[in-house]
Amino acid sequence: MAGEERSVKVRIDHVEKIYDGRKGKMVALNGVDLDIYENEFICVVGPSGCGKSTLLNIIAGLLEPTSGAVYVNGKKVEGTGPERGVVFQQYALFPWLTVMKNVMFGLKLKGIPDDQAREIAMKYIRMVQLEDFVDAYPKELSGGMKQRVAIARAYAVQPEVLLMDEPFGALDAQTRTQLQSELTRTWQEEKKTCFFITHDVEEAIILGTKVIVMSARPGRIKTVIDIDLPYPRTQDLKMQKEFLDLKARIWGEVYQEFLEVRQ
Amino acid sequence: MDDNKKSKIQLPAWGWLIISFLAALALWFFLSVNEKTARSFPFLPAILQALGTVIERGILAEDFISSMISVISGFALGFVTAVPVAFLMAWYLPVRNILEPWIQFIRNIPPLAYVPLVVIAVGVGRKPQIIVIWLATFLIMTVTIYQGVRNVDETLLKAARVLGAKDKDLFVKVVFPATTPFILTAVRLGVSVALTTLIAAESTGASAGMGMRIRSFSNSFEVAPMLLYIILIGIIGITSEKIIKTLERKLTGWQEKREV
Repeated sequence: MAGEERSVKVRIDHVEKIYDGRKGKMVALNGVDLDIYENEFICVVGPSGCGKSTLLNIIAGLLEPTSGAVYVNGKKVEGTGPERGVVFQQYALFPWLTVMKNVMFGLKLKGIPDDQAREIAMKYIRMVQLEDFVDAYPKELSGGMKQRVAIARAYAVQPEVLLMDEPFGALDAQTRTQLQSELTRTWQEEKKTCFFITHDVEEAIILGTKVIVMSARPGRIKTVIDIDLPYPRTQDLKMQKEFLDLKARIWGEVYQEFLEVRQ
Repeated sequence: MDDNKKSKIQLPAWGWLIISFLAALALWFFLSVNEKTARSFPFLPAILQALGTVIERGILAEDFISSMISVISGFALGFVTAVPVAFLMAWYLPVRNILEPWIQFIRNIPPLAYVPLVVIAVGVGRKPQIIVIWLATFLIMTVTIYQGVRNVDETLLKAARVLGAKDKDLFVKVVFPATTPFILTAVRLGVSVALTTLIAAESTGASAGMGMRIRSFSNSFEVAPMLLYIILIGIIGITSEKIIKTLERKLTGWQEKREV
């Protein structure tokens, strides 16, 4: 990676978020600084309550920071924008729309004519291997399939930055590893700058080019670890020494935070 | 044990319907021959004869049309006012805080209780009928739709926003479809309330109508046509419910859970 000229895609500039709760002020994020380069796959791990979802929502433009700012391509983030796509843990598919119509949703809002939108949507439905389910409603799909639709829907509007908030958190272990492999493959086919939140250290290492460990109360970035494992990454990697070393190191950092939160 | 019981009486749905129908007929026949109840429950031939008479005299059509005009106008007014009020209540806290206690309060008063008040206010005729049905359907539909709007999943709104939806799109493409099941439930409850309120509403000195006619038959001790009208009101009710339920299935089949 060294020597390669890469531009900063997302700049998180001293972002602070303070919530006014019933029990007084709660500092969710305390001065977070981070540069995310183009086509980086950032995985964020940390104990619950470390503000990782808050940070994602701020980058998405769904929340406003109390102070500081986020810049995408040098432009300050104000509200949501088509260059940033989001995949939520709860899938957030529109239950009254078929798979096809869900994936077309963002394209139609962009004003793309129907037949063209259908074509683009079909490309991404194929990418997540759901071409046999184009006319199915979300209630007919399993959790893993629903999340695939959500990924296709986010990809279809062709965002430059893809924000994912524990997208595989609600899935069983098998489906999760399957979707991890699919996501790395997809990401290699069509590179995007990714910001991926997870509480699963293995998942972070398998997917990320960088793993960021956040500390809790107040939330800030504790450590940034480069993951120099070669692509394509397969599940076999989990048995190799480099992987296990990284896992031990990151797990140690997260566990330390976890203990501190408990105190 | 349970399985044994079940396997003994396996019948298709229509089979049960026939049995249920025959059982009711038997009970009715018993009531019609029993000395104490015979006067109130004339049996089928007398009812059919009464049906012939009311059709011949032209009063059935007149009553039916009159009642439907009141029900449909009252319900339609109720619906077009309930939808905006429900949305305003769901979105604006002051509107909710001011209206909700009164909606709950009036909703718990049986319409029959305030019918005289409405008659004193606007006089007899069709006007008080429509007003009473309007009020009753408005209240039940407002409460139901309001709950639907408040129930719209926050993440769906977020998902739509990150896909580029503006405020107008959020309403048309997310809030409205997400609320449809509740709107249809509201329609079903509203129609049912409209029919039950009708009888109370027509006690206001109407010149025709199903409810008014029952009163007048009662005054002249014409039991057979009275029972006929009661049965007809039941048939109108169950028919409209079936129609709306079919509509619900068609429009909201995408739902994960079905409400009963």
